[in-house]
Amino acid sequence: MDLSTNYMGLRLKNPLVAGASPLSRDVDRVRELEDAGISAVVMYSLFEEQLAHAEGETEHYEEFGAESYAEALSYLPSVTFFHNGPAEYIEHLSKLKDAVDIPIIASLNGATDGGWIDFSRQLEAAGADGIELNIYLLATDPSVSAAGIENTYTDVLDAVKRTVSIPVAIKLSPYFTSLAHFANRLDEHGADALVLFNRFYQPDIDLETLDVVPDLVFSARHEMRLPLRWVAILDPQIEASLAASTGVFTAADVIKLTMAGADVAMLCAALLRNGITQTVPRILREINEWLCEHEYESLHQLQGSMNHETCGNAGAFERANYLRALNSFT
Amino acid sequence: MIETETIETGTTEIGTIPMSSQIIAIDGNQAAAHVAHRLSEVIAIYPITPSSTMGEWADEWSARSTNNIWGTVPSVTAMQSEGGAAGAVHGALQMGTLSTTFTASQGLLLMIPNMFKIAGELTPTVFHISARTVATHALSIFGDHSDVMAARSTGFAMLASNNAQEVADLATIAHAAALESRIPFMHFFDGFRTSHEVTKVRLPSDDDLRAMIDPKLVLAHRERGLTPQRPVLRGSAQNPDVFFQAREAANPFYNNGPNIVQRLMDSYAKLVGRSYNLFDYVGAADADRVIVMMGSGADTVQETIEHLTNRGERVGLLKVRLYRPFDVARFIDALPKSVRTVAVLDRTKEPGASGEPLYQDVVTALMEHASYTGNHFQRMPRAIGGRYGLSSKEFTPAMVSAVFDEMTKERPKNHFTIGIDDDVCQTSLEVDPDFCTEDENTIRAMFYGLGSDGTVSANKNSIKIIGEGTDFDVQGYFVYDSKKAGSVTVSHLRFGAKPIRSRYLVKRANFIACHQQGFVDQLDMLSHATDGATFLLNTRASADEAWDTLTLDMQRTLIEKRMTFHVIDGYHVAAESGMGRRINTIMQTCFFAISGVLPRDEAIAKIKSAIEKTYAKKGEAVVKKNFEAVDMAIANLFEVPVPKTTTTDRQRPASVPEQAPAFVRDVTARMIEHAGDALPVSRMPVDGTFPTATARWEKRGIALEIPVWDPKTCIQCNKCALVCPHAAIRANVFSEECLGGAPDAFQHIAARGKDYAGLSYALQVAPEDCTGCGLCVEICPAKNKSETRLRAINMAAQPPLLEQERENFAFFLGLPEFDRTRLKNNTVKDSQFMLPLFEYSGACVGCGETPYVKLVSQLFGDRTVIANATGCSSIYGGNLPTTPWTVNQAGRGPAWANSLFEDNAEFGLGFRLAVDRQRSFAGELLETLRDSIGSELVTEILQADQTTEAGITAQRDRVEALKAKLRSVETPERFHLSSVADALIRQSIWIMGGDGWAYDIGFGGLDHVLASGRNVNILVLDTEVYSNTGGQMSKATPRGAVAKFAAAGKESEKKDLGAIAMSYGNVYVAQIAMGANDTPTVKAIVEAESYDGPSLILAYSQCIAHGINMRKGMDTHKTAVNSGHWPLYRFDPRRKQNGENPLQLDSKAPSLSLEQFQSTQNRFNVLTKSQPDRARDLHQQAQQATTARFEKYQRLAEPRAKRE
Repeated sequence: MDLSTNYMGLRLKNPLVAGASPLSRDVDRVRELEDAGISAVVMYSLFEEQLAHAEGETEHYEEFGAESYAEALSYLPSVTFFHNGPAEYIEHLSKLKDAVDIPIIASLNGATDGGWIDFSRQLEAAGADGIELNIYLLATDPSVSAAGIENTYTDVLDAVKRTVSIPVAIKLSPYFTSLAHFANRLDEHGADALVLFNRFYQPDIDLETLDVVPDLVFSARHEMRLPLRWVAILDPQIEASLAASTGVFTAADVIKLTMAGADVAMLCAALLRNGITQTVPRILREINEWLCEHEYESLHQLQGSMNHETCGNAGAFERANYLRALNSFT
Repeated sequence: MIETETIETGTTEIGTIPMSSQIIAIDGNQAAAHVAHRLSEVIAIYPITPSSTMGEWADEWSARSTNNIWGTVPSVTAMQSEGGAAGAVHGALQMGTLSTTFTASQGLLLMIPNMFKIAGELTPTVFHISARTVATHALSIFGDHSDVMAARSTGFAMLASNNAQEVADLATIAHAAALESRIPFMHFFDGFRTSHEVTKVRLPSDDDLRAMIDPKLVLAHRERGLTPQRPVLRGSAQNPDVFFQAREAANPFYNNGPNIVQRLMDSYAKLVGRSYNLFDYVGAADADRVIVMMGSGADTVQETIEHLTNRGERVGLLKVRLYRPFDVARFIDALPKSVRTVAVLDRTKEPGASGEPLYQDVVTALMEHASYTGNHFQRMPRAIGGRYGLSSKEFTPAMVSAVFDEMTKERPKNHFTIGIDDDVCQTSLEVDPDFCTEDENTIRAMFYGLGSDGTVSANKNSIKIIGEGTDFDVQGYFVYDSKKAGSVTVSHLRFGAKPIRSRYLVKRANFIACHQQGFVDQLDMLSHATDGATFLLNTRASADEAWDTLTLDMQRTLIEKRMTFHVIDGYHVAAESGMGRRINTIMQTCFFAISGVLPRDEAIAKIKSAIEKTYAKKGEAVVKKNFEAVDMAIANLFEVPVPKTTTTDRQRPASVPEQAPAFVRDVTARMIEHAGDALPVSRMPVDGTFPTATARWEKRGIALEIPVWDPKTCIQCNKCALVCPHAAIRANVFSEECLGGAPDAFQHIAARGKDYAGLSYALQVAPEDCTGCGLCVEICPAKNKSETRLRAINMAAQPPLLEQERENFAFFLGLPEFDRTRLKNNTVKDSQFMLPLFEYSGACVGCGETPYVKLVSQLFGDRTVIANATGCSSIYGGNLPTTPWTVNQAGRGPAWANSLFEDNAEFGLGFRLAVDRQRSFAGELLETLRDSIGSELVTEILQADQTTEAGITAQRDRVEALKAKLRSVETPERFHLSSVADALIRQSIWIMGGDGWAYDIGFGGLDHVLASGRNVNILVLDTEVYSNTGGQMSKATPRGAVAKFAAAGKESEKKDLGAIAMSYGNVYVAQIAMGANDTPTVKAIVEAESYDGPSLILAYSQCIAHGINMRKGMDTHKTAVNSGHWPLYRFDPRRKQNGENPLQLDSKAPSLSLEQFQSTQNRFNVLTKSQPDRARDLHQQAQQATTARFEKYQRLAEPRAKRE
């Protein structure tokens, strides 16, 4: 069965892409992903703040306490070659490229365009097959309008697109006032793919210590419905590829998302929670079986077959769906 | 094209060293290490100040795969002690490799046994020594020749270098000469003055080194190595029949040694153009007075001689380079025939000898010459000897001039001292304070900075910029004070067109910079200024206000000396340019802008170029913010017009209050004021005995913010007081009546808990003793219910609080101490109502060691004797001027002594043996005098239960009664009993030190003491690194952590010292971490002390060397414990008697990964950033070992029944 798909200009053997996660920090895990059948890997995100912090941290601790006391003019050996942020990331990218044949998509997480331009160029030179921009802006500043936020995204996208010739994807949060309008703008600005959606770490409160604590909760299956809806809505509207990246656990999830119009489905929580070899081959096998059973010729055949336009019931993806759900529940 | 490689000094990169020679600005240690690393195959190292950086360089270069001249990377191995390093070098030499080591002081003493062997076996090696004072009445880290002189009989040749250039040159000659002569060499130079002074050095190129080292000699050395292919035996035991002859058999090698050295010096001169002789004479050809000496002081003498000969004086200097083997003939030949008086200056003291070592050699040489030939001199000269410069005591041209003046006298003083005022034996010579030889055209600058504000690193950078970028000669020497937190640094810099030979502090400065406004009220900075000098002040005051912030003395000096005055708000510029609180680049820019050392534009361009080089590796953002700081500094630098008259009558406040004891006022205060040099001999204790309880008089006020107590939120847990490293937060409970006269602002609240019903509780901060670390705030578990960012204790700016809190604290100290017999000593809360008898130490801000030390002092302080290993704890505990160990209201407190680094367990065991013997003797005498004393009292004393505070108090009363009775007893035994009666009161013997001592150098002794079964309490303050010497790896360092000597991350697992101790079965062992769980911490210390046998407590101590946010230091205890890195446990042999498992685990199975412990610490992150793959491997191995170790402990701690 032909499961191949086209994502942001990359020809992939199937729609299962490993989303940005710590798995990509380990070359052996990435080999395992390839062996299990994954068609492309998005690397873990390099955070802009992390980069700036790492530079400052290195400087701070190297000089902290130094030249104060005659017996201890420093406390750590000075290290000449630092793999701060970019260097370390790029070195790792090169290692992954050497280790596997599947495409490797680098992921940048930042909020300004400054540092990323040069870095994008370095990523391209190091062999990245694409770049995923994870522009993380939590709009807490009351003086910044929705349009202002959207402009930041397009500015960064423009800058990176001008710099590199490899495809560029943008990972979005679902919290845009007019997602369809914004997605179309990104499309116009040359985004090669949109990734739906980013999941933010949601803080919690510890009732004993009265601390605000970061809490990482894996996505759950039902969360696939959010990208499912938006993929279906956006697929007929934009040129860019679409990736669905939340709550993908089973073959059925992948098939549904593909029908809605996704070019790829990104696995993350499923791999981390259930393991690579327990997840990927099973999903691929079950997609194959389902397609055969239902007499499809290829995955491509069903791609977008149930999007907002093609499903024959556009309202189902809109408000009516909400009402019906409530009705059926009561 | 010149091939180059990167070389760094200190924490700042200072350029590139070419394979062919080029001038660079480095210190003597780096020069020695460069040559040694290039010419060695096996290097064994151990840290000791001031030699440590030589080993650190060698380790770093090998970690970076830097080759020696034969194209292979030398192996560098850190050992457990200098004795171990010498042994390893000896072994490597026996196998025919080229081997070297670096050391100083006590380290060299520990090498002596091997040195005799190495020399006796005619084995070529070079030991590079940054010569340092040997500990006698006190330890001193500073420079003199007492260490090398103690090793002069080993058979090693001794070659002295006087400055960093000579270090590079003579190190080369020493290596070459050792190979050719087969005599091992001590190549030595003055600790700190030469080892740490940064000057311009032309390093020999690799081609130069290859030209000096004859490959045939290398092969011959290798050929002599032990191998089963050509088996031989060395190290036989010999009998009276042949030992003597065999010892004499080596004579030809020593006889020929000087010839070889001279020949190599001549070859080297042809190669590089710098000429040396075994004895180098400088001065008048017809000199009648000649000083003979070696070391950095010789440069100062040479400078003085140039000055004096210009005035027509007939004076000269003979520099001794090869001291052993001493070539008498060449020595005599080198002296001018006209000399009438020779003054030999020794930088050491040999009490009881007929003279110091060099003096004795010179006298012997002259006598031999007179006896056998006697035809060199016009008339046989007389010789006098003197001591100078002990422990880096200043040695100045004025002192040299005084020596030359003395030599003109008919009966000059012999065995004189110079540089001190000996008002006891009148050995010292008078010195003219106005005598000066400094070149007026040389720029002489002094910078007063606060440790960690970047002053020193900025100055090192300036030296590099000028030294490497211009033809100027440069010199930088840096003086640090004795505190680790809030220390003052004084940088002494010289820049000039003429060669700089002034190996002494700047005496007359034409540029003085004060980088901290607070120093205006603490230090006399302007007395060193020349007429017309420039004064730069970093101040928060504006240019208009700055003049009025100065003291009367400063204003007067600025006016009288017609000085110019500039100001900058460096902290404002730092904050605005993103530099945080680092003002280094800003103040450096100001120096360049106004000192005129270089044209301003050229100087700024050079600063920026240096910034780019230094910080490029740290990232673009760091470079950018430094550039911005430079530009903003220029824009914010203002000249303040100096008025014609003074405008204030404000004087610098007294350094100690009037009510301080006489010794503190007369002696300690001078040291606090940096005026200790002026103290005469008569003011010094003759045997190194000093009073305790003096830190309380030194109010430093270094905290920018101090904690403020919120009584309403407080739950009175006392955790803040527990973790305070400086005893600057105190808790007390007291009755309402005590509040009479309390300041209005004094806060107190009803005490919680049934034990304190009806009493008041107060938590008080010592505003001038707090260092502002914030540990108290972070540990506070109580949060304000309406605003959770606030706790029961919160930091606030110190200046507005100072007056009020000073008054409150004074009142608090006057409150009565709560009755100790009513306190439960095994609870955190009650322990903190006990008076700390360790307070206000000079430890680092946020130190992790001192809270444990303080806790011990609270629990047992008034009956404790402490043996303290050399290291951080001996420095913050015993470094002058002031002493944190203190006394209670009855005048009792810990008695403390430091012996050495390696012997502390044995030293402390000696305390126990003595106390036990005295107690037994007292018991025997009690029986003897039973009838005279009264049987009832004797029985009560002998059978006293001293397991509780009340029991001890009762016994103390009985002993007082005994002493009173003894006054009326009339037998000779009563005197003995009176003098040993105090031993009848239970004493607590504590042996304290760091992991470098316990895991490494002192381990053998510690193990033996544990095995002795004697009642001693050993507290290991485990920072997992040699903290005091700057972060070298110990066997406590965790796998994967980067430390000096483990620049590529430590490969082996941390030693499980607790498991070793537990294996004896009768040792109480506990592993504690105060920040993770304080209850077992207190319990363990109390249990250990109560156990009648050896106890070992391993205390996790965060450290500045970990690269952590020190304010969160106690959080690292939690991650250490929760990741399984530091399991908490107590192993109490007494539990076996009840059929219980002696081992109790006080921490649960790991809930965090080891990575979560490591990720907040730069010591681990450095490796992740520099060698990610290696970091991952080491961290994975560490995780596996950690998991396995915890499981092992879990199994061992299972209840007995379950295990059976």
